[in-house]
Formats: sequence, C-alpha cells, structure tokens
Amino acid sequence: MRLVAVSAGLSTPSSTRLLTDRLTDTVRDELAGQGHETEVDVIELRALAVAVANNLVTGFPPPQLAAAIEAVTSADGLVTVTPVFSASYSGLFKSFFDLIDPGALAGKPVLIGATGGTARHSLVLEHALRPLFAYLRTVVIPTAVYAASEDWGSASDAHTEGLPARINRAGREMASLLAARATDPRPGDDLAVSGKQLSDLRLD
Amino acid sequence: MQFGIFSVGDVTPDPTTARTPTEHERIKAMVAIALKAEEVGLDVFATGEHHNPPFVPSSPTTMLGYIAARTDRLVLSTATTLITTSDPVKIAEDFAMLQHLADGRVDLMMGRGNTGPVYPWFGQDIRQGINLAIENYSLLHRMWREEVVDWEGKFRTPLQGFTSTPRPLDGVAPFVWHGSIRSPEIAELAGYYGDGFFHNNIFWPADHTKRMVELYRTRYAHYGHGTPEQAIVGLGGQVFMRKNSQDAVREFRPYFDVAPVYGHGPSLEEFTDQTPLTVGSPQQVIEKTLSFREYAGDYQRQLFLMDHAGLPLKTVLEQLDLLGEEVVPVLREEFAKGRPADVPEAPTHRSLLAAASEASEASGDGVAA
Repeated sequence: MRLVAVSAGLSTPSSTRLLTDRLTDTVRDELAGQGHETEVDVIELRALAVAVANNLVTGFPPPQLAAAIEAVTSADGLVTVTPVFSASYSGLFKSFFDLIDPGALAGKPVLIGATGGTARHSLVLEHALRPLFAYLRTVVIPTAVYAASEDWGSASDAHTEGLPARINRAGREMASLLAARATDPRPGDDLAVSGKQLSDLRLD
Repeated sequence: MQFGIFSVGDVTPDPTTARTPTEHERIKAMVAIALKAEEVGLDVFATGEHHNPPFVPSSPTTMLGYIAARTDRLVLSTATTLITTSDPVKIAEDFAMLQHLADGRVDLMMGRGNTGPVYPWFGQDIRQGINLAIENYSLLHRMWREEVVDWEGKFRTPLQGFTSTPRPLDGVAPFVWHGSIRSPEIAELAGYYGDGFFHNNIFWPADHTKRMVELYRTRYAHYGHGTPEQAIVGLGGQVFMRKNSQDAVREFRPYFDVAPVYGHGPSLEEFTDQTPLTVGSPQQVIEKTLSFREYAGDYQRQLFLMDHAGLPLKTVLEQLDLLGEEVVPVLREEFAKGRPADVPEAPTHRSLLAAASEASEASGDGVAA
C-alpha cells in the first residue's frame, strides 16, 4: 500500500512536518498490525513552491512537480497537513491542489491535519479543508487533527483528548478504511477512456 | 514535409521600447510576414482567429484572400478556425471561396477556442465546446461533400435542401487539420475522419505531445485510414535565432521574461529545456526541431511561431531570413533521411484532386470530375 503525505509547512523543521510524520507513522503502524505493508512518501510543498507558481503561469508542471502530482494521484491514501494562514489553508497548499485535475483524486481516502499558533483556529479543518476535499470527491475520514503550539506540551484533560490520542484515533480510522479497500485496479488511462465517448456518438 | 509559420495575431508591446503597435500596423505586419514566408521559401502561412483584444485576426479569410492575391506558392491556413462559435455554414462558404481565389492553396485547422466569453458572445456555451466541435464539423464535412444537405442537430437551426456555395474547387474539399492541446476527443475526431492532427506543442513538454500524437495515430489506424505511421501530423515550434547563440539569448531574454502566456514564470533556461522554445543559433534550432521526430514520429507539417512576445516586425523578418536560408533547407534534408516511403506528405489540393480522380476512375463515377 502506498500512503502519500503532502506537508505545506514553510520552516525547517516545521511543526506541520512534525504532525505529518506523527500521522503517517500511526497509519503505517496500524496497517502493519493488520498485516499490510505501507510505503510512505512525504511531499514537502516548500521545495515545490517555485514550480507550483511556474505551473500556474505556464499551464504545465515542471518535472519535479509532475512527479509529485503523479505520486499524489496514484497513492492509495493521502495525509494532507497545512499551517493555518489567515483563517484558512496556506496559499501554497491550495495552489498545489489547484493544479491537480478535478476528478483525479475521486474516491481517495484522505486524512486532513492542520497546525497553528493557537487552538482557536482548529475549525479551519472543518470549514476549509474538509469542503476542499469534499469538492475533490475524496473520502475524508471523520477525525481531522489540529495541533496548536500548546498541544505539543500538554496532556488530555477531563474534557478533551490530548494530541496523541487524536492522532491515534485518526490513524485507526484511516488504516481501517485503507485496509477495507482491497487494492482496486486503477481505472484506465484518461486518454483511452474519453476516446471511447466519441466513437459512441453517431457522426455523419 | 511542409515548413511554415503560424501567427497568433496578438498586439503585444515591445518590452524594450514600451511601444505597442496599432492594430493597423499589426495587421499589415502579419501580411508582410506572410509575404516574407513565401520569399524565403517556406510552404505555409497560418493565421489565428480571435474575437477579443489584444488580438487582430477576427476575419481570417479576408486576410488570407489578400495574401493569396500577392503570393504564388504559399499554402494559406489557419491556426485555428473556431469550429465551436462560428457557424459551420459560413466556414464552408468562406473557405470554399478562398479556395477558388487561391487556386487551391488553402487548408484549415479546426480549434475550439479557450476564451470563455467568446462562447456567449456568439450565442454558445463553453461547456458544450467538444460537442459543438463534433456536431459543427460533421455538418461542415457534409456540406463540402454533398451537393444538397438535409440536416438537423442540437446547436444550429436545421437545414433542408441547402447547398453551400461556391462548391469546393474541383469538387475537392480543403484539407482539414484538427488542432488540440489537451483534448483526446479532438484527436479521436481527427482519427475518425482521417484528417490531420496538429498538436500545438509550443508551451508543452514532449511527453504530453507524444501521448496526444500516439492517441491520434492509433485512432487513425483504428478507423481504417492507414497505418498509425501514415497519419497526418503537424507540430508547432517557436524560436529566436542569431548566428551566435549568446546574442540570441541576450536579445530575446527581455521579451521572454514578460511574454504573454509564459512570462513572469520559469526562467528562459528552464522553459527552453522543458518545451520546444529554442533561443540560440540556427544549428540549435535545427537540432531541437529534428528531435520532435523522436517522440512524434515522421510527420508532415512543421509550423514555427516567429512573431511572438512583442518582437518588432524588422526583427521578425530577420528571423524569417535565417529560418528560410539556414534552418529549413537543412531540416528538409535531414527529415527526408530514413523517412519510410509509405509515410505520405501533407495533402494538398493537387494530391487530393489526383486521389479523387483515381478513385472515381476506379469506381467509374465522376464525383470529382
């Protein structure tokens, strides 16, 4: 099984990457427990920032970006994590997904995560990321994981789970969805499929 | 193999002088460029079609008719004719008329157009782009081949007992290319009719062009028009040359950096690496162009975009001298090497007429007579 993570953190090291790694590790461990071997590939959007901008301008991806898009569209499942900027996902995060053909992610399991300086932004996951991935017709698992700075140094209390518990819950949900899906053969090449449409039309 | 130029017809400021040509200057420049193309020994001039600023060529057959009167050899074509928003009846009439005036030196390239508002301005819906192209082309195809057409479709008022006039010259329809960058349906359409397929690869990496051309070749063979290798393929290219490649790079960079379409994006070096754009010596242009054959197979028509990025007319004419004197003669020689004998040349009025006469002699009925 191939799990691809998209991390939109801008600093090195970044807490966005830290959360990404915690999430992918958890999914991998859960799947291992169920007898599935998982290959994890993490795409750092920072390294693709110029390529993303160039694609927006020219209409085609430079080679390193084409490889990242191919990895994302061919993955069995995605983990996508963005820092919260101005009450939403970062512009780079959105621009990357703007470059993926609509429909190319349809049906794909996605675990969404976000990081921020304060827990007050946590609903960005529900009002920005979840609608984006619903529009892309992915299957977003119920638990989305938000990590505020304070979460990295605090435990659960009587009212809320701590970050590790949320990560574990999301990881279990994602792993059970991935495991339940026998690896369906991928649909055929786009070109061949849409070519058929025309031969079905009566011409002349 | 045919070599020529195609023009978008954009009015773009020259970034080195900040001067924008007037529409009148640009239109006259396009004509001067076409005349120069014939003078330097090129085979084809193709004009774009647009219905919004900053583009001037809204009326391609008017321009091509004028050029026809001032040239003797040049094949006049389009890149592209909007089959979606133009009435196919008017296309049939306009290009048949042009074909007569130009004594057959005419073909055309169908395209859908990608400017959203143009569709509603002409009463159409961009979401129906592919369906419009399919239906309108099937009508156009019939009008040039059937004297009297009864027709009903979804997008246009029905025709009963309609004869498009003038009839095509010698009863032979102009050859049609279908241009598309991304739509497999258009490659399918070209394959279905056994028409030509032009991939305007100038802003695209080779692997994308390869996939589209392969699809067209496969479908051309599927519909029984010949082998995949015999399908009729055209490609674009865009170049800027000086004898010394460093001079070319130095002179073109300010144009590249702010050019429409790709400007303000990748560097000149990245873009030339990833797309057909070549900025350098004539020898570099020759090498890059010859490499197209590696992924597109032996093909029939090579069109270069030369009047791009706001280059002044004087520079474009110098470029055409280099293209005609130093590049195309070598390309003709090199592309001929190893080209299988059963790969056809691009169809012309003469070759289509000969094929039609042969077919009518064989069947004993005089369709083309």
